[in-house]
Amino acid sequence: MLLIKCPWCGDRAEIEYTYNGDATIRRPDPATTSDNDWLDHIYLRDNPSGRHDELWQHTSGCRQFVKVRRNLRTHEILRTGKTNDDFPEDAS
Amino acid sequence: MRYSIFSLVRNALSYHQDWPKAWRSPDPKPEYDVIIIGGGGHGLATAYYLAKEHGIDNVAVLEKGWLGGGNTGRNTTIVRSNYELDGNALFYEKSLKLWEDLSQDLNYNVMFSQRGVLNLVHTDSAIDAAQRRGNAMRLNGIDAEWWTPEMIARQVPMLAIRNDGYFPVKGGLMQRRAGTARHDAVAWGYARGADSRGVDIIQNCEVTGIDMKNGHVIGVQTTRGAIRAKKIGLAVAGHSSRVAAMAGLRLPIESHVLQAMVSEPLKPCLDTVVTSGVAHLYISQSDKGELVFGGDLDFYNSYAQRGNFPRIEHVVASILYLFPTFSRLRLMRSWGGIMDMSMDGSPIIGLTPVNGLYVNGGWCYGGFKATPGSGWVFAHTIAENRPHRLNEPFTLDRFHKGYTIDERGAGPTPGAH
Repeated sequence: MLLIKCPWCGDRAEIEYTYNGDATIRRPDPATTSDNDWLDHIYLRDNPSGRHDELWQHTSGCRQFVKVRRNLRTHEILRTGKTNDDFPEDAS
Repeated sequence: MRYSIFSLVRNALSYHQDWPKAWRSPDPKPEYDVIIIGGGGHGLATAYYLAKEHGIDNVAVLEKGWLGGGNTGRNTTIVRSNYELDGNALFYEKSLKLWEDLSQDLNYNVMFSQRGVLNLVHTDSAIDAAQRRGNAMRLNGIDAEWWTPEMIARQVPMLAIRNDGYFPVKGGLMQRRAGTARHDAVAWGYARGADSRGVDIIQNCEVTGIDMKNGHVIGVQTTRGAIRAKKIGLAVAGHSSRVAAMAGLRLPIESHVLQAMVSEPLKPCLDTVVTSGVAHLYISQSDKGELVFGGDLDFYNSYAQRGNFPRIEHVVASILYLFPTFSRLRLMRSWGGIMDMSMDGSPIIGLTPVNGLYVNGGWCYGGFKATPGSGWVFAHTIAENRPHRLNEPFTLDRFHKGYTIDERGAGPTPGAH
């Protein structure tokens, strides 16, 4: 069972959350974007084996989105924060 | 050596001490015509059909661990072709037809058992959807039967046919030609068949880089040195994104963990495969007597080959709702495998933007049943440098062009398929 720290509610079990995938995806500006940018945004993923920044929604709690940095090989949760928190690239 | 009753008797006389090895373990040559990365069922089947159907036998299969040690050895061994969309239906039906003759073709018993797959439905709208799918299958020449709850009660007496609670059984769609097979035997049979036709199977050889020149592959770097080839096929589902990244490609795939488990062995009690889309579970009984079952993904990206307890609890609870009589069984093992979850729930088999590099991945939950068909069309794709009619729909560029094959209608959310 993953134990995920919600910035508002504290440590909560994984079953209280809904997974929402890669947190690094940015929606392109529809006014200026190209087909390839949309392909990139909607379909393509880095899918790294190792450190992954991702979104979880605390659906059975405060319903806020939580940003989680997790190791995909060990499931170790390295840090959590609000969605607009900056997770430095070089930090774990 | 051909396996037969005579070879069995002959070797019994020498106490089974003199059986020859089923395949060689050669050192890699400096150059091959084709390199297949990944020594699971799909990679080995591809090499087999390259040699058998296309006469290309200067082929190496590179495997980082041991043959069939990835998802080939981790699935629930179900084989079926009960798909609605034409692209899926025709491809998986080709695969099922290959399964039907596979033991004879390989001279290796893959223990394919056409015990039928029953998809239970639990709501009135699901009856409509299942019958529609059954009709679509029959239009494509695939067998499908609608079973009423009374027929199910007669055929699967262990199943609790109740009309209350979350999952009342309202009927089911049966494909009788579907069934199960012995997963290890599939890898070993294809390995033996490919090896006997001259393919080099190289285990403990991890690919660490893909060499390219002017947009064309020229070879790979491995833990056993550089190997050159002008054509390279990826058959590494679970890790497709990682290997494709070596050639600078990003794929429409996320890797997720899917768990499966077995109970202690029982006397024969369940002679068909029972699945439920709503409860999302599938259960069958192996020839050893264990009940083999699984359910949903854990629903988060993972490369860990193990999952967590909430999913096991969910799967077991669903099983016990439908089969209350299994409540006192003990679980013997559970394990996880890494799924290539593609963005439309369908596989990707075809050319890539890199010349000479071919991809076979994105198998989601369903790679095992596709093994023969996948190898067959992938061999054609590599040999002819263009897809076969059966895998034309599964191109990598379908996402760009908008021709996704979304059997479940779940949209570009990999975990939802």
